[in-house]
Amino acid sequence: MKITNNEYNKMLTASSPKTKLYKTLPKAFLFGGIICVIGEAFLGLYMRYGAEKETAAALTSITLIGLAALLTGFKVYDRFAKHAGAGSIIPITGFANAVVSPALEFKSEGFVLGVGAKMFVIAGPVIVYGVAASVLYGVVYYIFNAAVA
Amino acid sequence: MGKYYGKGTINFDNAPSILSYGSAVGPKEGEGPLADYFDYIGEKSEFGEENSWEKAEVALQKNALRAALKKGGLAQSDISFIFAGDLLNQCVCSAYGIRDFDMPFIGLFGACSTMAESLALASVFVESGVAQMTAAMTSSHFCTAERQFRLPVNYGGQRTPTSQWTATAAGCAIVAPRKAPPYIKAVTFGKVIDMGVKDVNNMGGAMAGAAYETINNHLANTKQSVNDFDMILTGDLGSVGSGLLIDMFLRDNIEIAATHADCGMMLYKTKKQDVHAGASGCGCSASVLCGLILKRITEGKLKNVLFVATGALMSPTMIQQGESIPSVAHAVHISKE
Repeated sequence: MKITNNEYNKMLTASSPKTKLYKTLPKAFLFGGIICVIGEAFLGLYMRYGAEKETAAALTSITLIGLAALLTGFKVYDRFAKHAGAGSIIPITGFANAVVSPALEFKSEGFVLGVGAKMFVIAGPVIVYGVAASVLYGVVYYIFNAAVA
Repeated sequence: MGKYYGKGTINFDNAPSILSYGSAVGPKEGEGPLADYFDYIGEKSEFGEENSWEKAEVALQKNALRAALKKGGLAQSDISFIFAGDLLNQCVCSAYGIRDFDMPFIGLFGACSTMAESLALASVFVESGVAQMTAAMTSSHFCTAERQFRLPVNYGGQRTPTSQWTATAAGCAIVAPRKAPPYIKAVTFGKVIDMGVKDVNNMGGAMAGAAYETINNHLANTKQSVNDFDMILTGDLGSVGSGLLIDMFLRDNIEIAATHADCGMMLYKTKKQDVHAGASGCGCSASVLCGLILKRITEGKLKNVLFVATGALMSPTMIQQGESIPSVAHAVHISKE
């Protein structure tokens, strides 16, 4: 019997299993939370050793990025991310993984066209639109301040 | 001489034989339920090529070809033509694999339908008398497919429940004039079918429509019914696509659940090996056919198998431009008699 695309897509939606949000959401919350707790621990540690809060925050980011890069190289981060989901994508560690994983993957095409060119395939759009959004925010902030003053 | 039935079906009066077959797989596939049937299982998915996944796939294909030649007691020069393809751009794994062999090469692209496509063409060449012996081969590798179609292997993302795992596997079958079973009795080349599916993480769902079309065409053109086969074996529809195919036949009041099997659901312990909706990739149907199924037919445990490999014919570029996924399915009737 002839089947229309519409009917087909209805049947397909009905037979495709959905993501189990009751499982993935708490897991993302838990693992994302753990990453933040680790960050807090480093922040506390750096401040205890005399760093200013701002310096300690920068050092914490650097530490987390370094750890995530290392764990990506050891093929551990993706295994962790399989369970953590958004919990490991949203923190700064996810960004590190998004840069390091293509850099490692495309090593086989050389340091210029491989590592250099492909390093930002995933992170590139985030940087572009992140910078664009911050410029826009800056303009809005400037106008708002001028208007208030 | 073969007879063209129209609508893509060619019937062979003098059904050619599959003389020999070989399969090669990676470590994950070697931990699956079909491990005992493969000729070669690599310890690591690099297959000795530490610096390139593409070269690893090349090595995999060579192993399948060597296994098929060795099991049949054949020399490279016995092969008149080899039909081969894979998933990568320009079908590089096939070309680089066959570059070390002394045989005329006909490169094919049919995505995951390539095993059926190459086997069907290899049979037509033999049955028509233009070739004495032909080979049909294809491969896929999880890591080469991931880096070409998706994301870097070590990127920490989650796969959707409908996604399938590209098999690291290759299969090769050698076709010769009628001699001993398994025989190839008829083939049907499929049309390009587009059901309007856009989700690249639901390939089985996108391809089930093509399988339905080709199976129906083959049965109508050869005046056969589902009951004439003891197995209708789809390539890599996985659990989602298989369910959909069964449902589509149920709308026509045809029960295929008992005779239908899918290579994508046979290659791995689906739950335990965490492959979500099952296996996919050219190598999936190639290794299951050239590992388990042809052996079962030779032994007489299976008599009539309709092998229907399905392929999704999109590229990342077309999907990014908002296009849907066209797919194709080719059918090969493999028989004990």
